[in-house]
Parts: sequence; C-alpha cells; structure tokens
Amino acid sequence: MKLFEQPSHVLHDMLVNNEITSLELTEAILSRIDEVEGDVKAYLTLTRDEAIAQAKAVDEKIARGEKISFLEGIPGAIKDNICTKGVKTTCASKILQNFVPPYSATVVNKLNAENAVILGKTNLDEFAMGGSTENSAYFPTRNPWNTECVPGGSSGGSAAAVAAGTAVWAIGSDTGGSIRQPASFCGVVGMKPTYGRVSRYGLVAYASSLDQIGPITKDVTDCAHILNIIAGHDDMDSTCVNEAVPDYTKALVEDVKGLKLAIPKEYFVDGMDPDVEKAIRDSIKKLEELGAEVVEISLPNTAHAISTYYLIAPAEAATNLERYDGVSYGERADGVDIVDMMTNTRSQYFGEEVKRRIMIGNYALSAGYYDAYYLKALKVRRLVKEDYDKAFEKVDVIVCPTAPSPAYKIGEKIDNPLEMYLQDVCTVPLNLAGLPGISVPCGFSSKGMPIGMQLIGKPLDEATLIRTAYTYEQSQDFHKSRAALGGK
Amino acid sequence: MSYEAVIGLEIHSELKTNTKIFCGCATTFGAEHNTHVCPVCLGLPGVLPVLNKRVLEFAIKAGLALNCHINGFSKFDRKNYYYPDLPKNWQTSQYDLPICEHGYVDIVKSNGEKKRIRITRIHMEEDAGKLVHSGNTIKDSDTSNVDYNRTGVPLIEIVSEPDMSTPEEARLYMEKVKSILQYIDVSNCKMEEGNLRADLNVSIRPRGTDTLGTRTEMKNINSFKAVEEALTYEIERQEEVVEDGGHVVQETRTWDPERGITLSMRTKENANDYRYMPEPDLVPIITTDEEIEAFRKSLPELPDARQARLENEFGLSSYDAGVITSSRQMAEYFDAVVAAGADAKLAANWIMGDLSKNLNAENMSITDSPVEPERLGQMIGLISKGTISSKIAKKVFEEMWKCPDSPEKIVQDKGLVQITDTKAIEEIVDKVIASSQKIVDDYKGGNKKAIGALVGQVMKQSKGKANPQLVNQLLAQKLG
Repeated sequence: MKLFEQPSHVLHDMLVNNEITSLELTEAILSRIDEVEGDVKAYLTLTRDEAIAQAKAVDEKIARGEKISFLEGIPGAIKDNICTKGVKTTCASKILQNFVPPYSATVVNKLNAENAVILGKTNLDEFAMGGSTENSAYFPTRNPWNTECVPGGSSGGSAAAVAAGTAVWAIGSDTGGSIRQPASFCGVVGMKPTYGRVSRYGLVAYASSLDQIGPITKDVTDCAHILNIIAGHDDMDSTCVNEAVPDYTKALVEDVKGLKLAIPKEYFVDGMDPDVEKAIRDSIKKLEELGAEVVEISLPNTAHAISTYYLIAPAEAATNLERYDGVSYGERADGVDIVDMMTNTRSQYFGEEVKRRIMIGNYALSAGYYDAYYLKALKVRRLVKEDYDKAFEKVDVIVCPTAPSPAYKIGEKIDNPLEMYLQDVCTVPLNLAGLPGISVPCGFSSKGMPIGMQLIGKPLDEATLIRTAYTYEQSQDFHKSRAALGGK
Repeated sequence: MSYEAVIGLEIHSELKTNTKIFCGCATTFGAEHNTHVCPVCLGLPGVLPVLNKRVLEFAIKAGLALNCHINGFSKFDRKNYYYPDLPKNWQTSQYDLPICEHGYVDIVKSNGEKKRIRITRIHMEEDAGKLVHSGNTIKDSDTSNVDYNRTGVPLIEIVSEPDMSTPEEARLYMEKVKSILQYIDVSNCKMEEGNLRADLNVSIRPRGTDTLGTRTEMKNINSFKAVEEALTYEIERQEEVVEDGGHVVQETRTWDPERGITLSMRTKENANDYRYMPEPDLVPIITTDEEIEAFRKSLPELPDARQARLENEFGLSSYDAGVITSSRQMAEYFDAVVAAGADAKLAANWIMGDLSKNLNAENMSITDSPVEPERLGQMIGLISKGTISSKIAKKVFEEMWKCPDSPEKIVQDKGLVQITDTKAIEEIVDKVIASSQKIVDDYKGGNKKAIGALVGQVMKQSKGKANPQLVNQLLAQKLG
C-alpha cells in the first residue's frame, strides 16, 4: 500500500519506528492532493505551509527522541464549519467567504495540542444543510469511487478526502447523518458520538440540539483513537456531558459473543436499494456467525422521525443563522437603511437550501403555529427517543443500513428536496435521540459503490459500537478497498 | 366621566456581577467602545453561552427579597428580533419558565395608605449593545456604530401585575424595588447609567369598572420623575382620546422628557413576533430547596423589617423610619451614628436634615459623606451632654464637613463650648434687662412672648454659646 492509503495507526507506527518522517508523509499527502484534488474537490482551503511547518516540528521532536502521541505528525482535514483561528472558516457559504475566526473550536485546540498536521478545510453543504455536498456555495465534491456521484453530505469533503487519500483522517459534523451517510457513500468509517460527548464549542451551529462532531477515518482503529482525543467535557459547552472518557482503544477487540444485536424492521424501508438490503443482511449474518445474538425489534415512531427532524432542525437553524446580518462580520450588501441592508445581505449571500430551511423554521416558530408544529415536533422527538430507550432495555446494539441507497449521481436529486430529505431516514432518528452511531463499510453495490452498515448504541456506549464494528471489520476486507480514481 | 388608570411596570435591572451573563468579559460601565468583548458576547459563528452562576444567585436573591416563589426547574429561551445592537439577533431570555414567580412588595402612599403590588415574575436575560450615532439622533446621522461592551451584561426583568392606579403608586413601587435590590446588593441601581429602567404599561377605564382598557407602553424610562411625568401625561392623553369619542390604540410610545409628551413609536400591527424558542445551547436550571434556603438565609435585613425595627427599638416615627430605611446605605449610616453613642431621634433628624441637605447640594452619596457616622455620633453626643447647643452644632457640623477634625477639637479650637456657668450668664442677662426697658415693660404688662426677644439678645451677646435653657430660666426668675 502507498502511504496515502494507510490508516493513521499504521503511519503512527512507521513514524515511531523511524521508517518515515512526518515531512515525507505530509509531502506524500500533499502530492496526492496535487494529483487528484482536481477530480475530487474535497477542500475549500488548503494550509500547505502550516502543514509542512507542523510536520517539521514533529520530526524535530522525534529526532530529539521524544515520545509522540497518536495523531502527532499525521495529516488530516477539518470540515469547514469548525472554527480554526486565523484560517478562513466559510461553512461553504458566500456569506462567510472572507470570515477568519479569531478563535479555534475546542476540538481543533485538542488536535493542535496533539500536534496533528492539519492540511486544510473541507467542503460541505452550506451550513451543513444537505446530504450530497451539492449545496456548497462553491462547488460540489465528487465521490472518489465514481466522480460522477455525490460523496454524500454534509461532511462530503471530509469523507471524500479520507477515501481519496488526500487526508489520512478527517473531522466532520453530524446533525441528521452528515458524518455517517458520507462515510457510507465513500466507503470509510464515520462516527457520530453521543450528543454531548464531544464539545461543540467552535462548531458553527446548524441545529444546536442535534449537532455533534465526530471522526471520519479509514478504519475502526483510527476511529477509536481519534475519539479518545476529541471526547470529553468542555467548560465552554454547557451541553457537553461531564462523564469520564473511557479509553476507546480498549474496545478494539474481536469479540461479539454474548452481544445482543437488534434489527429494527422499520429501517428496511420500501424502495430501499436491493444491493444495500443484501449487504446489510449478509453483514448481520456474519455478526451472528461471530457469536452475536440477533433479534428483530420494532421502533414504531421511526416513520415520524423525518418530519420531526425537518421541523426541529430548521427551527433551530432559523435562529442560529439570524446572526448573519452584515452588521459586524461576514459579507454585507448595500441597502438604503439597516433593514434593507440586512435583507439584501441575507437574500444575496445565503443559498437556496439555507433560505428554504430558514423559512420552514420561522414558520414553525411563528405565533399561532408554534404549538401545532414546533411543540408537537418536540413531543414526537420524545416518542422516538422512548422507542430506543425501550429497545435498549433488551439489546446492546441496533444494526441497520446507514442510507437506503449507495451514492447517487450528482444532480440526480438536487431539484427534489423532499426526496433528498427522505434519504436521511436511517440516520436522523439517532440525532433526535442523541444516541451514538457508527457507519462501517460492509460491501459494494453491483455498480461498485460502497455500502455502509450503521450500528446504533446506548447513550455514551461508544465502546460497544467500536467493539462490534471492529469485530465485523476484522472479519472481512471492505475497509482495505481503496477508490480507484482512474488508476491515479 | 371619571377615569381610573391601570398601570403595570416591567423593571429592568442590571446585576452587579463582575463578568457578563454568558462569558468572562468585564461588565464595567464607561470603558472605551468594544473593549469588553469576546467571541461569545459578539455572537461569532460557533460560540456557545455558559451561564454565570452569580447571575442565577442574584436573580434568586432578588426573587426571595421580593417575596417570590423560586422555580426549581427553569430554562432560557431565545427571543428573536433583528436589531444591530443585538449581535445574534436574538436575546437570550426566559419565556415560559422564569426563575421567579408570584411575588409582591408593599408601598406606603403619601396619604399613609398601604398598598400591595403583586409581582408576576422575574426572569434573567442579557442586555443588548448600544448604538453610537455620528449625529445627535439616528435620523440626523450619516453613520451609526455599535458598542458591544454592554452586550451580555446580566439583567433581571421584574414584571408587576397591573396593580397600580396612580403615577405616584408606580413611582413608589419602583423606588421600593430599587431599595430592595440595593439592600440585597445585587444591583448598583444607578439609573443615570441605565442600571435600572422601566417599561410602563398603562390603560384607563371608567372608575368603578373592572374591565381592562387598551394599553400603551412606554419603554426605557430611567428616572422616578420621568415615571410620574410620563404616566401623568399618558393618562391625560388617553382620557382626552376617549372623551373625544376615540379609541386608544395599542402601541409603544416614547417619552420625550424635554417636551414632556409621549409620541407613538410603533403600533401592535408592526409589533415583533418574537418566535420564542427554548435555548438549546443551555441546559435547564435546576435549583434545589436546600440551595434556595441557603440563599434565603444569606439575605440581609430588608427595608420593611428594618423600618419596623427602628420604630420599635428607637421609637422613630413611621415616616422617619421609612426615610432612614429607604436605602441600605442610609440605614447603615444611621446604625453607625447610633452605635457611636448618639440619641436615635437626634441621629434621624441630623441625617434627614443637615446631612441630606449637604449631600444633595453636592450630589454626593451617603457612603461618600465627608462627615463619617462616628463623628456625627460624637457631635450629637456633645449636644446631649449640653456641651454645645443645637444651634452651635450646626456650625460644628459645617466645620466637620470641611475638615476631618473631631467635633471636640472643633468646639475647643473655635471656642464654641456652651456657657453653662450661671454667673457668667447672669451678667449678660442683667446687662440685657438693664438696656431693654421697653421690652421688659411689655413683658411685665402681660405679653409673655416678649421674653423671646430678650433671650435672643442674650444669645447674641454670648455669641450663641449661652445655654438657652439657662438663659430662659434666669430671665424668667429675674423678671419675676
């Protein structure tokens, strides 16, 4: 395997054993970027000089004989809705096209403390609103497995970069599936931790009660290591849970004996791609062979999750995005007075999908409609959560597809928002319930596109997800497949 | 027709925490523009609020002092409206689950009548920034800038029931609330700095009916005088509208203190739909009964209790005790004067009299008084001992105002000791009788009041130092 194809844990060992330097590695990834970024278009901003400087500093540290931490000297990428001090953070929106944050997100501070090499900021659907990265105000990112297809979204840039070898690891954010679905589409591992497990400070809010930061990696081992780095309480985030962080790498064991896995029948929806259904059923069979007990369960309120999500998320988004008014930062359009200026700024610099969700959200929160829409959505949200609570009294992990289909063609669904929203059916309920979920590669469609299996866990039980995902991963070779990218 | 006003107040009070409600920036007033700001209070993308625990503590203390029930489960909400001084374009406030509810305060009107004003709720919220116009007003300005120093300064909003029916009651209510907030030391209540300001809601109805009329609201009134004047004007205006056969329009009006009138600002049709939403970035506030009790125990003696104590313990009149306890600082000053050995009634008179007069003249707060309570107490002690007369005391007080010397030293240095030597006084009395034959005759002829003129002359000749009682006594004796 080439360097850019290796996961972090392999590269870490090579650094420790002086088989490579961080500079060699970083330059290898940068030349991979030179080679394929034109086809994939995963990055909005590249920070080459900073990456090289960081790599050299790590090499000096290694030369001094000092011990290095897991991600030290290993190049990765950050989704461009996570604030990086001194580096443009655009959220793939025109309204923040020149915005340079004066502070870094807690997660970025943690990665910097680790001396990770940061290559740049990855593309996304504008303000993380979308499932294909086509809603980026700049350009769509392409799926490395077939550049005519979407990489999924909204963390499409992060997933595509890891799949294309233009980042060893990446950080994404997940509000309704935005880490897991692109991971599934791009054949990589993506985890959305429990709500509150990772600090949201510095993550530009889309829907605050649903947003969560998580890793996108080449395999489950890297996922466990990076979760170790980014998880934990943060005084800057009141919703961040104050619970000890276990060492997730201890869960990297090949053993699912005695684990109770559940198949929720509602997740195998009508119209599901037959290749996806077959891959998932085969994988579940595999897990059963490996010693897990499998039962079928019902999560009856799943059907309401999408409509609930598409009220709560836009309502929160409508208020979260009020701050982009042209007054003290971001772009400003001309206007005859302050109201006109704000109106023109928002009309001119927000994209269509963002405006659509702001309108839905404001409608749901309006006087006279609040009870019928927003309040009702909050009640249904509770029902969705109660379904899971009940299920988890009897089982350890719920297994289902990550998305109802593999990656589709760019442009195929962009004119039909409703159909696009329905793609989130398997991922959205977890965000409503605040539960952790992981997507692991579990096969390929007849057209050669990756398929992801989603594992859902109890609150703060990421360890069991990692254990299950790792055991499954080690039993097959899907995670070792790499996108061809025209043989580059 | 005779009308009655129905008045309710929303009082906003800045809490005197060192740092802002959701970040660590300083709350200091008057700093250079945009120096007390950070990503959080500027509402930059990605930031999150963290509640300052002192804000919660102060709000709960205010609730307890204003006789409220403290809600064990409370939460923050987003109140959405676009305005350039509000960086997020929502104000983090509390909507349906405020921290305090169902309180009251008692006021005493000038006619002595007591009235209870109920408090609906108290909630916590953040203050907005300030627009700085290049001209005098927004209309004659080419540009406006925003100063975000005040953004995120903690506020409590105290909402009353519409229990007041006169401008005087509204003023007394606001004065009482101010006094209580100062007592419990949660707000500086500096009205000129906007620490304490009120929105006034008022409607009128025919006297004796109990339906509510259409109300108007006047925002950000920041002096007691303006509360009374604005309400007086607005009540008259509404009466005229109704008398002329019109209808009061529900609207927000501004008070123009210079012209002494209220002006329409925006009508209900143009009112904001605040689209309240639970604040997802803050967790619900859980307060246990134990915590509430601990806060209750930490409260100082409040004005009503203190007033009762001064009446009972020192025999002060209800009026005097009310004035002395109207501010915690004055009440504490009074206690210190008494502790220094002064007679309580004399202490009250001096504080309400010469001391207040001097403080007002120099626009000074009692805590900055150049005459410390200990020295005032000593001076009053000299009066009680007969060392100086009350009249001389006024001179001594003026000296004390100017220099830090003890009253004893001033009395010695200036030779102000009262003459209590009977012989010395007798000499003057004799001289005065001898040289005032006409008055003496008048007195002996039955005009007993004429003795006053003789006393005056004796005092004048003694340069005010003769003991007036002795003078009276001797004159009466001699004139037989």
